[in-house]
Amino acid sequence: MTINPSGWRPASPSDVHGDVPLTTTGNRALMLEEGLLFEVGSRDGTGVDFDFSVERTSDRLGGLVRTSLDLPGLSEPETVRHYTRLSRQNYAIDLGLFPLGSCTMKHNPRLNEKMARLPGFADIHPLAPQESVQGALELIDTLAHWLIELTGMSAVAMSPKAGAHGELCGILSIRAALEARGDARSVVLVPESAHGTNPATAAFAGYKVEDIPATAAGRVDLEALRARLGPDVAAVMITNPNTCGLFEPDMKGISDSVHAAGAFVYCDGANFNAIVGRVRPGDLGIDAMHINLHKTFSTPHGGGGPGSGPVVLSKALMPFAPLPFVVKSDGGYKLVEEETALAEGSDSFGRMVAFHGQMGMFTRALSYILSHGADGLRQVAEDAVLNANYLLRSLEDVLDAPFAHSGPCMHEAIFSDKGFAEGFTTIDVAKGLIDEGFHPMTMYFPLVVHGAMLIEPTETESKATLDQFIVALRSIAERARVGDEALKAAPVFAPRRRLDETLAARKPVLAWKTPAPDGADSGAGAEVGGR
Amino acid sequence: MRYLPLSETDRAEMMDVIGVGSIDELFVDVPAEARLDGPVRGLSMHASELSVERQLGAMAAKNMVAGEVPFFLGCGAYRHHVPASVDHIIQRGEFLTAYTPYQPEIAQGTLQVLFEFQTQVARLLGCEVANASMYDGSTACWEAIGMARRITRRTGAILSSGLHPHYVSVAKTMARFTGDVLDTGLPSFEGTDTERLIAGITKETSCVVVQYPDILGRIEDLSPIADAAHAVGALLIAVVTEPVALGLIKAPGEMGADIVVGEGQSIGVGLQFGGPYVGLFATREKYVRQMPGRLCGETIDAEGKRGFVLTLSTREQHIRREKATSNICTNSGLCALAFSVHMTLLGEKGLRTLAGINHARAVEVAGRLGKIAGVTLADGAFFNEFTLQLPVEARPAVHAMVERGVLGGVSLGRLYPGEASLANGLVLAVTETVTDADIDALEAALTECCA
Amino acid sequence: MLYFSKDHEWVRVEGVVATVGISDHAQAALGDIVFAEVPEAGKVLAKGDEAAVVESVKAASDVYAPVGGTVTEANPALGDDPAIVNRDPEGEGWFFKLTLSDPSELDGLMDEAAYRDWCKTL
Repeated sequence: MTINPSGWRPASPSDVHGDVPLTTTGNRALMLEEGLLFEVGSRDGTGVDFDFSVERTSDRLGGLVRTSLDLPGLSEPETVRHYTRLSRQNYAIDLGLFPLGSCTMKHNPRLNEKMARLPGFADIHPLAPQESVQGALELIDTLAHWLIELTGMSAVAMSPKAGAHGELCGILSIRAALEARGDARSVVLVPESAHGTNPATAAFAGYKVEDIPATAAGRVDLEALRARLGPDVAAVMITNPNTCGLFEPDMKGISDSVHAAGAFVYCDGANFNAIVGRVRPGDLGIDAMHINLHKTFSTPHGGGGPGSGPVVLSKALMPFAPLPFVVKSDGGYKLVEEETALAEGSDSFGRMVAFHGQMGMFTRALSYILSHGADGLRQVAEDAVLNANYLLRSLEDVLDAPFAHSGPCMHEAIFSDKGFAEGFTTIDVAKGLIDEGFHPMTMYFPLVVHGAMLIEPTETESKATLDQFIVALRSIAERARVGDEALKAAPVFAPRRRLDETLAARKPVLAWKTPAPDGADSGAGAEVGGR
Repeated sequence: MRYLPLSETDRAEMMDVIGVGSIDELFVDVPAEARLDGPVRGLSMHASELSVERQLGAMAAKNMVAGEVPFFLGCGAYRHHVPASVDHIIQRGEFLTAYTPYQPEIAQGTLQVLFEFQTQVARLLGCEVANASMYDGSTACWEAIGMARRITRRTGAILSSGLHPHYVSVAKTMARFTGDVLDTGLPSFEGTDTERLIAGITKETSCVVVQYPDILGRIEDLSPIADAAHAVGALLIAVVTEPVALGLIKAPGEMGADIVVGEGQSIGVGLQFGGPYVGLFATREKYVRQMPGRLCGETIDAEGKRGFVLTLSTREQHIRREKATSNICTNSGLCALAFSVHMTLLGEKGLRTLAGINHARAVEVAGRLGKIAGVTLADGAFFNEFTLQLPVEARPAVHAMVERGVLGGVSLGRLYPGEASLANGLVLAVTETVTDADIDALEAALTECCA
Repeated sequence: MLYFSKDHEWVRVEGVVATVGISDHAQAALGDIVFAEVPEAGKVLAKGDEAAVVESVKAASDVYAPVGGTVTEANPALGDDPAIVNRDPEGEGWFFKLTLSDPSELDGLMDEAAYRDWCKTL
């Protein structure tokens, strides 16, 4: 038989690396370098035309005419190419698995984009007279209804702009409720494994933050929690399923203890995707929970937002919900603002944002909920959990899985860097995954696991994708265990090698500096006036 | 179920690997009493694209679309034409479906965009540095007040009566919990409250907050307020809700503002019934460590190539936890991209022209409406938005205009309910999207409603 | 005399003036230092107060006052070149100086040999 007649064989990364020929452009075939807008654009470049010409005969500017303004422009073809080239330097869920634990990177259906762009939703003004936007108010009210149903709660505040903003809404509702009963409390308890936004939010709302320890099984230490409850504790913030990917089995018991002590339970709903359609947080005694629409209901993450963080509330907190909110009445839908809040029985803590929340995200989320329906949403949770457990059991022999012995995980699987060769850690595994064509998992979070790797595949990944990922991650884990130095150089095939984050932080360059004509550094912002 | 790739065979094989006989075994930690025994109450089963389009399309059809009628609303959200390529670019999957750029080697697209956005925003607002965006203008405004507190270690904030009342409400909500003491006032047709602001500044003042152009559309030199604030070590915060204006009028940073925040919606984002929008946040370089929100910075990679990373993240909640400058986690990345693409298409030349058209049209419309019997146009300078005093209450007039198919401005009665002195005020915004026919329709409708 | 706390601060005492910094062990554990925030002269610190902040790229740590006193001087070199803390943590990379309010507070601290031995057990 003839073996490999062409003589072609795949090169190993280390072979390829030393000898890649340099090109004159710096481009590498489809990988195209792109300069900064400030290098490729010019002050008289523009990509728009106008119907009017401006005759500056008289103005009413009171002499405040701007002279200095240095904003480069590009023609339309140059603009499209600039951003298209940049886009290709991004990894995205449209390209492959994006298993960031706790972030829920799932497929973003394009129907939702189409719906959000219907002029009847996209081209209406937030202060338009209410009789002219009844369909928009109906959409908000309809989404609100399903969020309440899915969570088993009494009400929902729709205006928070993102998860952390929703947390703030929940904690402010709790503080308002406590103040209304004349019960000043000073402490919020937060598990060590919580998202950083939890303690930041509680501190912002004026509370002292105390940690609750975790047990060896990755759950909240109930004894420690119960022992700490007392008249000074305003609330307990719990993430469930928690950031180790585990369900807190005694959630109802926790809630009962917290309520018995006169405090409230805030649930971080970042991981609601694992239980949507199967478990209703309201049945577990939760008083407030934010829902990241961009996670569970698949509105796109957009490279870091916009998010949307509606907060479902229990009966006890309902009166304190922020303004504005939508109510259905005989004559249609009404927006309740400061003017009519009292008459509507609201004891609101106030307004959190100028308008009514992330309408564009509401449309997408409702489109998603209606598409999946009752059967689909339940299947979402099941497949998300199935995929995560499949990864957990397919990797636990090569990666340390600290909680694998305690039973199945929920929607994400957690591993540690235990067992890696000296000098090798989680970041090396992450960067190795980049070369294999995957986005890395969440690294070094939660803090309760050393070198944590938190992997959340989500329900929109096929078995074939997971199998390929397993093969890749197993191979990288082996390399980390034996101390393969080549792994330290990863990524080799990405648009950039490892970046110097220390340099960026020590000498921050946060805006483009136009080089001075003599080549000397003009300093950031030196082009703008006023100093 | 078109969004779920697993087949029944896949599921069975995977359960074999895991070693469970049913999916329910994976939910053992969920107590039985907490499990839903059936489908969600009242929610129909999964639906086709066509079915969902029909359901949502029916709701959308009930709204009066700004682009289909004479439209003159502003007061914090403005309708401008957004070039087609903006929406094309933000729908590229590599931007739309990426996450926060925590792995910079494979997120240089988002990161370079943020670096360019920060530079564009800083230059537009006349500041040294800007962050990678906030939720919106109102939350950026509140964050600026908090930042001034941290810098000055004082708690007295003086808010101009020209600040958007919803922004004031947001600040009041937050101040209840943080101990900031806000000094606020009601706007008046007689003029701005610059004198009140300057007279109110004391050694307890952390900041003065001024909107520019203000809620009634007026513009005024901010330098005297900046000087008075700086004389006692207080900061000037300027709030810009219509950034197109800065193509024509002086930037707040040029007039001495220490923190300039804004609502970036009017460039690239669209009205969207109030969100998502994009908060702009810029300041002096020396205050950067007190600034909230994400920041992108330039660096080099292991081969010496220029690249970008998120930086100075020790200010942020995921590292500082309860000591963070803010609890903000996400920015408004995709809206920042839309802003940046639109700004790139405009460039200085396009922005100046766009701003010039807005102003010229607004001056024209103001002149025509001011001639309606009983209607008074306030004195003073403005950009593309101005306030009329009607001979009748403005709020019913707005509703009457809706019946005539005209979205004819925002009544001050809506923004300041119960304030008799403002009840006849009507704020109108005029942008390049307004046609001559729109203006005729507005003039006719308003004339009828004032008669 | 050189003393160390269990929070990895060191104190070098000359008369009533104490110079405070973070130990070599601490800088190694933090990694590349990118920023240090130091107290202003005149600030009165009690033993155990949060006196300074030291930041690496991904972590921020509080530096506690190992002894009480009034700050007389902060190290001006840290502003421009925080890496000095990595290069010479127990010398040029000092954080601040203070006048001791109660020299007996030094009694609770470790001497150099005891501290280095203790670090080996961590």
